[in-house]
Amino acid sequence: MAKKRTIRTIPQQRTPMPEQPAHERVKNFAEVACGFGAEEALRESQRCLLCPEQPCIEGCPVGVDIPGFIRKIGEKDFRGAYDALTGTNLLPAICGRVCPQENQCEGVCTVGDSLEPVAIGRLERFVGDTAIAEGWVNVPYIEPNRFKVGIVGSGPAGVACAADMAKAGCEVVVYEAFHRPGGVLCYGIPDFRLPNVVIDAEIDKLRKLGVKFECNTLVGRLFTIEQMVEEMGFDAVFVGTGAGYPTLPGIPGDSLNGVLSANELLTRCNLMRAKEFPNFDTPMPIEKRVAVIGAGNTAMDAMRVCLRLGAEKVYCIYRRSRTECPARAEEVHHAEEEGVEFHWLTNPVEILDDGAGGVRGMRCIRMELGEPDESGRRRPVPVPGSELDIEIDLVVFAIGTTPTRSSARRRISSSTSAATSRPTRISRLRWPASTPAAISSRAPRPSSRPWAPAAERRAA
Amino acid sequence: MVETNQGAGFRILAREDYSDVTYSLVIRHPMMAKAAKPGQFVIVMSHESGERIPLTIADFDREKGTVTLVVQAVGKTTKEMQQTCKAGTALYALVGPMGVPSSLGHARKVVCVGGGLGVAPVFPQARGFKEQGAYVIGILGFRTEKLIFWRDKFAACCDELIMCTDDGSAGIKGFVSNGIELAISKHPDIDEVVAIGPPMMMKACVETTRPHKIKTTVSLNPIMVDGTGMCGGCRVKLGDEVKFACVDGPDFDGHKVDFGDLMTRLRRYADKEKTAVQRWSETCRMRDQAAFGARDPAPPAASSETPELDLARAKMRARRQAPPGATGQLPELPDPIDDVLGG
Repeated sequence: MAKKRTIRTIPQQRTPMPEQPAHERVKNFAEVACGFGAEEALRESQRCLLCPEQPCIEGCPVGVDIPGFIRKIGEKDFRGAYDALTGTNLLPAICGRVCPQENQCEGVCTVGDSLEPVAIGRLERFVGDTAIAEGWVNVPYIEPNRFKVGIVGSGPAGVACAADMAKAGCEVVVYEAFHRPGGVLCYGIPDFRLPNVVIDAEIDKLRKLGVKFECNTLVGRLFTIEQMVEEMGFDAVFVGTGAGYPTLPGIPGDSLNGVLSANELLTRCNLMRAKEFPNFDTPMPIEKRVAVIGAGNTAMDAMRVCLRLGAEKVYCIYRRSRTECPARAEEVHHAEEEGVEFHWLTNPVEILDDGAGGVRGMRCIRMELGEPDESGRRRPVPVPGSELDIEIDLVVFAIGTTPTRSSARRRISSSTSAATSRPTRISRLRWPASTPAAISSRAPRPSSRPWAPAAERRAA
Repeated sequence: MVETNQGAGFRILAREDYSDVTYSLVIRHPMMAKAAKPGQFVIVMSHESGERIPLTIADFDREKGTVTLVVQAVGKTTKEMQQTCKAGTALYALVGPMGVPSSLGHARKVVCVGGGLGVAPVFPQARGFKEQGAYVIGILGFRTEKLIFWRDKFAACCDELIMCTDDGSAGIKGFVSNGIELAISKHPDIDEVVAIGPPMMMKACVETTRPHKIKTTVSLNPIMVDGTGMCGGCRVKLGDEVKFACVDGPDFDGHKVDFGDLMTRLRRYADKEKTAVQRWSETCRMRDQAAFGARDPAPPAASSETPELDLARAKMRARRQAPPGATGQLPELPDPIDDVLGG
């Protein structure tokens, strides 16, 4: 081992991620960030101080052994890095791409105190992609404990729970209402951020662990959680149905054709592949001028999808300023590069009718920032008499979602602003923090086994 | 043991054609047959590259483990299904039962109105009311006698059956709204009217019952994607309120529904629908002319999962070939993973 690394001896600059140039990528749905190659990964791994405090592990919602896998990358032992990662996280290719690392592991990285933090997410993605490319699957030795766990929803919460339960030895069945597993990873996140093929590859690994995925199954309607426990032999049920219910603003004109939720736009485009219409049957016609309301990650995705579907002009309308914008800085930067026009401190008050049920424009009002509100951000207040009309043909609302309305709706935890994606104290959570979660019924405890599995109870 | 239906899709056991545009499919799904209640619907995808369309459950048989859907060939998907969905084939996806079941309440005398295709979804409600001991008056409307279906099924569960045809070829000459007037004049004590059919018909029905202040329930079928309350595409106006037909409905108080808004929203993708139908008809014509014996219409563009994965692996491997330590170049742009799926 070379001599001890210090903040002065490590590469000072973060290794840049190769990207498709903006003018190219705006014409395709291929990934924007192309991923590290081996050499780049090696270089970036040298930036980790392997500090004894290991704040990154604490910053990770699932407690991945981050210094451990980075050390292995440094030793050019990529398989070893994969083994270290999958000790806690079976989905590195997904997490490396879409976790908000700047609020988690990278946000607390020691290097980040004086330089840019180690690019942990990019390194994780590198290991995950290498594993997919090489076909590596770590199927740990699993001793069946004869407990059966049902998981409702195959999104990030569901698959993370499925992985842990399967490793603990449970028989796991994941139910999904859509026709393919992945939940929001699949319907929400566009291919240019997370290609579907990566999701399929990671789900495939869970199948190899013995997890069963049952699609086309709407729990609560096809059967209830009570039935799962009483009739179907499940010892525990995990409800990870997510926050899928779109918020619409309730302003005049919001039911016009040409006004839709970001969820609808993204589902049509990502899951139903409207971008390939008419080879795929679901249409998603994009008009010339699109206004997307909101400035979260979903709004950024929606705007960038619109550009790729052929919109000539895409406006981002947000009632607060850039400082308060909830999207990841990288996403805002990408959207800007691709030509999105940002209108900060602007709020829609009315959508204007073209007389045939469609949209001809939108009336907005300027905002200014007042006192901080309960979210800690300064509250936007309208500036009297500052109304302005903008000409647009399509309005997409990306102003948040609330927990999916289902039989489980009251059991889902969310932050005070109903954002399930940002629970207030991420570092304290051991369940994946990016997702809502609730365990109902009798949770299995494989080590102590206070209960007999349902199968044994019945036999007794 | 509870059986779920997975893997090879959802098998169609029987099909019946009622006219050159209307057909029924009997699909095996024991669990759904067990769970389904009157008024609920399903979302269907006929093949992997298809769209998700909502269809009301027209009948269910808990013993045989089947659900029945009645389909009218109006757009690309339903026309294509008319050609491809035969007994022995399977639907790619079928999810449900969705929506809030109809409240059959304690009504003692009800009128169940079905117009055209709407005759099918109103059937489970008529049967449900009958099973609860209500006096059920069925009113079925068709354009002409030749299009009539399920008259016998209704005759078996209705105390009175009024047939209406636009041309008078069967029953009374006139619309279902004339039938409702007839029923109201004969029975002043009607508790509830349930009307299902095209929006114009339902609108006519609620206008007929409004002066009599008779509770009128309609079942709305707007454009949907997921059917679980996630996209908001199916939002409908009820007075000042906005509701999602998929999770708040599909049954609503007809006197509150803004039918004008519903009809406008149903035209949202009219242009694209036309394009799809045209393109599909051309494909069919070319196929018929070529007569190469290929029975299926344009095959799904997406291939099975495994080759995709293999290809993606190959591409990812290619990108990562530079051995550790070698002075490799940056990966070529654009990233090729997605090209694989581009199809």
